Amino acid sequence: MAKHMKDLKPQDAPTDLVQIAAQPGSARARFWRSVEEWEGDGAVEKAAAKEFPRGRVPNTGPGGLNRRDLLKIMGASAGLAGLTACTKLPPERIVPYVRQPEEFVPGIPLFYATAMPFGGVGRGLLVESHMGRPTKVEGNPDHSSSLGGTDVFGQASVLTLYDPDRSQTPSHFGKVASWEQFIEDLGNHLVDERSTGGKGLRILTGTITSPTLADQIQSLLNEFPGARWHQYEPCGRDAAREGSRLAFGQYASSVYRLDKAEVVLSLDSDFMFGEPGSLRYARDFAGRRRMTDPSGSSNRLYAVESTPSVTGSLADHRLQLRSSAVEGLARALASAVGVGGGGSSEPPTGVPADWIAAVANDLKAHRGASLVVTGDRQPAAVHALVHAMNQALGNAGQTVVYTAPLEANPTDETKSLKDLVTAMDAGQVRTLILMGVNPIYNAPADVPFLAAMQKVDFRVHLGLFIDETAAQCHWQIPEAHYLEAWGDVRCYDGTVSIIQPLIAPLYGGRSALEMLAILRGQTYASAHDVVRDYWQREAVAGRVTAGGAGFENFWETSLNNGWVEGTAFAPKQAAANAGAIPASSAAIAEGLELVLLPSPSLWDGSLASNAWLQELPQPFTKLTWDNALLISPGTAAQLGLKREDVVKVQVEGREISAPVFILPGQATNSLTLHLGYGRTLAGAVGTGVGANAYSIRTSLAPWIITGVRLAKTNATYHLVTTQNNHLIEQNGQRSEEESDAAFDRRVVRVGTLDEYRSNPEFAQDPPDMTTEAQSLYPPYDYSQGYSWGMSIDLNTCIGCNACVVACYAENNIAVVGKDEVDNGRDMQWIRVDTYFRGDLENPEAYNEIMLCQHCENAPCEYVCPVGATVHSPEGLNLMVYNRCVGTRYCSNNCPYKVRRFNFKLYSDWETPSFYPLRNPDVTVRSRGVMEKCTYCVQRIMETKIKAEREDRVVEDGEILTACQQTCPTEAIVFGNLNDPNSKVTKLKAQRRDYGLLRDLNTRPRTTYLARLKNPNPEIKG
Amino acid sequence: MDPVENDKLTTTAVVETDEVLAPGQTYRSVSDRVSDMVLTWPVGIRWLAGLAMALTLLFILNIALGWVFTIGVGVWGINIPVGWGFAITNFVWWIGIGHAGTLISAFLLLMRQKWRTSINRFAEAMTIFAVACAGLFPLAHMGRPWLFFWLLPYPDTMGVWPQFRSPLVWDVFAVSTYLTVSLVFWYVGLLPDLGTLRDRAKKRVTKMIYGIVALGWRGSAEHWSRYETCSLLLAGLATPLVVSVHTVVSFDFTIAVLPGWHSTIFPPYFVAGAIYSGFAMVLTLAIPLRKYYHLEGFITMKHLDFMGKVMLATGLVVAYSYVMEAFMSFYSGNTYDRYMMMNRMTGPYAKVFWTLIFCNLVGPQVLWISKIRRNPWALFVISLVVQAGMWLERFVIIVTSLHRDFIPSSWGMFYPTRWDYMTFLGTLGLFFTLFYLFIRFLPMIAIHELRDLVHKTEHEKAAAAH
Amino acid sequence: MPQLFHRSMNTISRVSIVGVTLLIGGLGYLAWAVNQSPYYTRAKLQLEQPVPFSHKHHTMDDGIDCRYCHTSVENSGFAGIPSTETCMTCHSQIWTNSVMLEPVRASYATGHSLEWARVNALPDFVYFNHSIHVKKGIGCTTCHGQLGEMPITWKENTLYMRWCIDCHKHPEQYVRHREDVFRPVYDPPKDQIAMGRQLVKDYKIRSLITCDTCHR
Repeated sequence: MAKHMKDLKPQDAPTDLVQIAAQPGSARARFWRSVEEWEGDGAVEKAAAKEFPRGRVPNTGPGGLNRRDLLKIMGASAGLAGLTACTKLPPERIVPYVRQPEEFVPGIPLFYATAMPFGGVGRGLLVESHMGRPTKVEGNPDHSSSLGGTDVFGQASVLTLYDPDRSQTPSHFGKVASWEQFIEDLGNHLVDERSTGGKGLRILTGTITSPTLADQIQSLLNEFPGARWHQYEPCGRDAAREGSRLAFGQYASSVYRLDKAEVVLSLDSDFMFGEPGSLRYARDFAGRRRMTDPSGSSNRLYAVESTPSVTGSLADHRLQLRSSAVEGLARALASAVGVGGGGSSEPPTGVPADWIAAVANDLKAHRGASLVVTGDRQPAAVHALVHAMNQALGNAGQTVVYTAPLEANPTDETKSLKDLVTAMDAGQVRTLILMGVNPIYNAPADVPFLAAMQKVDFRVHLGLFIDETAAQCHWQIPEAHYLEAWGDVRCYDGTVSIIQPLIAPLYGGRSALEMLAILRGQTYASAHDVVRDYWQREAVAGRVTAGGAGFENFWETSLNNGWVEGTAFAPKQAAANAGAIPASSAAIAEGLELVLLPSPSLWDGSLASNAWLQELPQPFTKLTWDNALLISPGTAAQLGLKREDVVKVQVEGREISAPVFILPGQATNSLTLHLGYGRTLAGAVGTGVGANAYSIRTSLAPWIITGVRLAKTNATYHLVTTQNNHLIEQNGQRSEEESDAAFDRRVVRVGTLDEYRSNPEFAQDPPDMTTEAQSLYPPYDYSQGYSWGMSIDLNTCIGCNACVVACYAENNIAVVGKDEVDNGRDMQWIRVDTYFRGDLENPEAYNEIMLCQHCENAPCEYVCPVGATVHSPEGLNLMVYNRCVGTRYCSNNCPYKVRRFNFKLYSDWETPSFYPLRNPDVTVRSRGVMEKCTYCVQRIMETKIKAEREDRVVEDGEILTACQQTCPTEAIVFGNLNDPNSKVTKLKAQRRDYGLLRDLNTRPRTTYLARLKNPNPEIKG
Repeated sequence: MDPVENDKLTTTAVVETDEVLAPGQTYRSVSDRVSDMVLTWPVGIRWLAGLAMALTLLFILNIALGWVFTIGVGVWGINIPVGWGFAITNFVWWIGIGHAGTLISAFLLLMRQKWRTSINRFAEAMTIFAVACAGLFPLAHMGRPWLFFWLLPYPDTMGVWPQFRSPLVWDVFAVSTYLTVSLVFWYVGLLPDLGTLRDRAKKRVTKMIYGIVALGWRGSAEHWSRYETCSLLLAGLATPLVVSVHTVVSFDFTIAVLPGWHSTIFPPYFVAGAIYSGFAMVLTLAIPLRKYYHLEGFITMKHLDFMGKVMLATGLVVAYSYVMEAFMSFYSGNTYDRYMMMNRMTGPYAKVFWTLIFCNLVGPQVLWISKIRRNPWALFVISLVVQAGMWLERFVIIVTSLHRDFIPSSWGMFYPTRWDYMTFLGTLGLFFTLFYLFIRFLPMIAIHELRDLVHKTEHEKAAAAH
Repeated sequence: MPQLFHRSMNTISRVSIVGVTLLIGGLGYLAWAVNQSPYYTRAKLQLEQPVPFSHKHHTMDDGIDCRYCHTSVENSGFAGIPSTETCMTCHSQIWTNSVMLEPVRASYATGHSLEWARVNALPDFVYFNHSIHVKKGIGCTTCHGQLGEMPITWKENTLYMRWCIDCHKHPEQYVRHREDVFRPVYDPPKDQIAMGRQLVKDYKIRSLITCDTCHR
């Protein structure tokens, strides 16, 4: 169990990891998904899968059972498994260090500042390390890019580190080979390259912002003048870059200052999720609408989008519009806010007449305090228009500042990739080095990368996984995870963070830096020295101020802080030239449009092997383990499509089959399909999950595809969601059963700002509904010592799922696989519930975080026959796994249904690479026990003990629950209710604070702050 | 003698009668008839066939439980929100069935009801076997069954005790007490007959076996007087249990906050339902038995008629409860209760609900007609219908209340797996295996009580003559 | 009719009634006894160790403080097992060629850790924290026994939950002055209860018996 970890030595890890590396079988066995994903006899494995979620596939017959099992079972039943009740402990070994590292205090975790590159751009992190094992990723509270928040990708990255499916040794044509062999082989080819000045040498990377890496590449190019460096990021920001070039005549990055913005207009943008600055934007945006009392003010968000997005979920006005029509709207708006040139005033169909005028007026009324943003999915012209609008509105320099491009070498990446393909096709490329990219999977369908690459006679792939591309290369070189290697990276505002490793490479992988060193013949250069040298040179050159104390000190400070002082870009004066914006590109195409978006879980697909993300219920759809063609109820009815119908999506001769998912809030005639699925080589977890949208993505229309045709097939495909939604129709009004019930029961409480001001009590229960006084038992006195409670602000929660993944990592939560999720057995302790209100063709969507409410009168407690769930004097509803006998009575009696049960052995007790991943402070649950949110009791206890040791009380904010710590918008606040000055006490004192099902007299400790909307009075409805 | 011939022990002619005992029965004839059923060898083909079938089902139970213990309760269809499925349904159903026996033997004994005489023995046996089946489920449905003993209060090494506020703990006591008392009561009642069998047995080994279990019964006046006192005391002890056990079982639900569970009407409603299904089971067993062993003389029309009436009465109590439950949930004005009731009637499980309404309410109303009550096969069908209905009732109470409770986001469905069905069928196997063995090796009708009855009836005749 | 059973049967049956009762009782007692026995609890058992380390010698004869080796006992949940380096600080000077210490020198030379047999092991779902107990005046010997008298270390107590709870319910019976915490041999004073009550006040000791104290 997890706690063993304390006694192990870090240097153990690699050895046993290598052992299991040898058995992909064990890896494949770990997680379960639909049969489709299995090669071989589906039926058998299906049967097995049903019984063995982690797929310890037994020798099963068609019935999932054969003679051997039968006998075994007869035995088991005969013995009633009674003997296993004996809990005699096996003799344990205890293994101390030979030489104990200075900084280690056994049993006390250490935190290191580092940064995670995502899409080439960094986010500042603090990573928790238990005895040399990174176990948990947190945002760096002092880092401008996150201010302490993280997103699903950051939280899940620690699982990727320990992923047993990672590439574990260099391989040549798929056969295990040694480093020496590789270096020799590479050397021979480079000799030829040198002779020709490297004409045949090409390097393909993702977007690179790392100064050191760029510097290394540059010096490589200096050695090989003929060589070329190409960048391609499948979910990259070409449009944004091109837009800035159009507007300013040169590449520039925009940095939003949402803390200054009163009115925000989002044109088909999800700026609070997945973009380089998202974490900071979300934090700042939330800050502007955190209401303390009715007199407070709130910003206003207009969201125009074709599919519900995390950002849109907080919109005060959400306009459903086909993405392809957004450009038209942008032009109309542009002229309405007084942008000369490219504007044309007639609004596209589907936009209410008064809408544009109203929004324009609102924007103009807040000159310099408004902000218009657009998404990477929108064409360059729209980006340029947005720059123009912000300038016209006097926002430039205020709510948005322009800086030098983050990219070390900004370029049109799609073109860059095309060039490479052309070159390869022309046979000009002899040596191709691919670093951390997977173009064979994610290159646009009209770019024949595979075919062209075959013509390259020496292909090397550096990557974490043996993916589709690696399989086509001569050499696959294990890449070091960012938690394993030194490096640096730029964050959204230009700030550079040094990436410092938390653990030695588990599989002796190399980072891109080391790869480049090898290319330059410095076979054994360490990334650490490379990065350090670079910054020393920078310091010497005076480009960074090492300060009086010299470089050593500068280096230490940079590592400690997690960023390099003074590297944030200075704002540039840039004048947007509206004239340069090309006139409207063709009339808006009618018919169906298809919008391809990065998956909110797997992003571009590089995370497909991450089971936490695969099982994560995607926002709004709550889909797990699949992507689906999202379509609005109306459009579906029009086309005669039902949920789970498999349709062929046809675009210019290309087609892809995908199951239909009907999603309220989807724009009419607009389909959405997430990228990142349909991987064919992504380990046991990711392989074959969902449909590969890249196969219909073209370089010309990478995001928005118009003129799409749907062909219905007879096939259906079972989609699995964690939340049901039954679309019903009552007197012509289409609505959703669960949501209707939710609003009848006032599970979600919403009001407008005006309502709140006129009636601050609007969220409160009617007096006759609260039965708090009516208990037969005398109330317990919680007034002594600590009294823990939580407040969740629905007004700032964006439903981004970060808390869910954080909980996975903190609490050793098991992944159960598609089949078990389908059985209603997902194990997430915290979930994001989504409810729709109003006509499903244009609904309001509300997210609500649901976790254990820690009721003071907890219905779960008095029904447990063995007292395995009890109450603490501090108001915690405790769950004692080792006492639980698994009657499930507590869950039946939990009105919030937040308890989770290990119906089978879900925790993976076998894969050694997962041992170090586990949080040693939390028990790993076994089969047959109940579990649930504990308010991170392990954190509470550790902090309390620390405080007691120091003879003091725990201060407010000293204990953060995992969900609270990760929340980008600080919507979750936990603390001591007996402390009148604690944040949580103040929040609960607000009049929009309400508890769920108070009428059951459960007295929940988790309460909610009602959602407030701030609509523009000029807009009707 | 040819075994098939054996089955029909064609000694006395078939006489349908309206008395609790056919005329012309003597001490000897009753003793012969009943003891012969046990002592005649070889056993009948049809009995063997029946036993074989029961054993097959028992084998299925073995596999099903084995799989559950090996993999976990996850092999069943249960999930969050529906944490209880077939297992608890079966538990409540079997416990319910287990009620008639003690009611007949104990309650009717105190009431001095003559008609209990010829049915109480196998009714009690049925009770014990049913409770045995029921007892399996609380164990099997646990996530970690090997720790079942944590529900028992004993000084453990952890210094902790069971959580006595939990109805599940009360269940443990209620059920085990009920089983013990019923078992003792049954065995005590058997003693005189075991003595009879010992005396009538031919083979020495048979004599020995019956001799040992007869605990040296000699039938002396002293024995008889002690016997009478003892059985009277046990009857007094058992009668309240009939009411208490299912009341406690109903607490499993009423204690909870769930709409559809949280209701004060449950205890009487469950007890009535239990007797209802219990008598149904008695009929299901009695009718084939009397036909097969030609016991029309002992289990007479009067018995069937009485039992039909009891079913009708308890059935009406159940019906009343249904109506009140529905009425209250609407009258309460409670959103959740209303939704629960609407959902039962119109939701995904509506079919099940209406089937149970038919089985328990509509169907049995034919029992008003005395012709039906006196038609064995009609009764037999009705008894089956009622038992099906009672099973569905428990299913509906458990599943429909759980699958859609308070927070809509957590609503779900329950789909039984093949392991659910196998576990259920399996317990039928256990039940019938035990019952087949019982009717072959023990007197299924209390001989000594029959003798007593003969005595009484003759006495009455004599009295009437004078 | 001949007698079926011999008259001895009467006695046999009477005896058997009593016998069965006694048998059941006996089995119950046996189960309990085994459960308490060192065989099951492994208390007082001397385990095979790579080096027969004597706490008696090191603490009493040499007067080495507990914390010299168990470094993290005051600030971590885990008391800490000395690294080979720690042993070698002395044993590179003294007993340098003792055969007994060969494994230690080997470990130091090869870099392979010594593998001690764990004497006091708790189940993995129990989160015991040394630092807070030490801070609150619970001495080493309270749980680990008179280490100063152990030539080879054994587990002194059953470490059963009931045993933990007993102290958590009545800390005054076990608490001692902080300065005495690390005494390798310690016998409670006559006025333990009085002193205990006082210390419970002074050290703000709360009787923590809620589950989350140890189970998370």
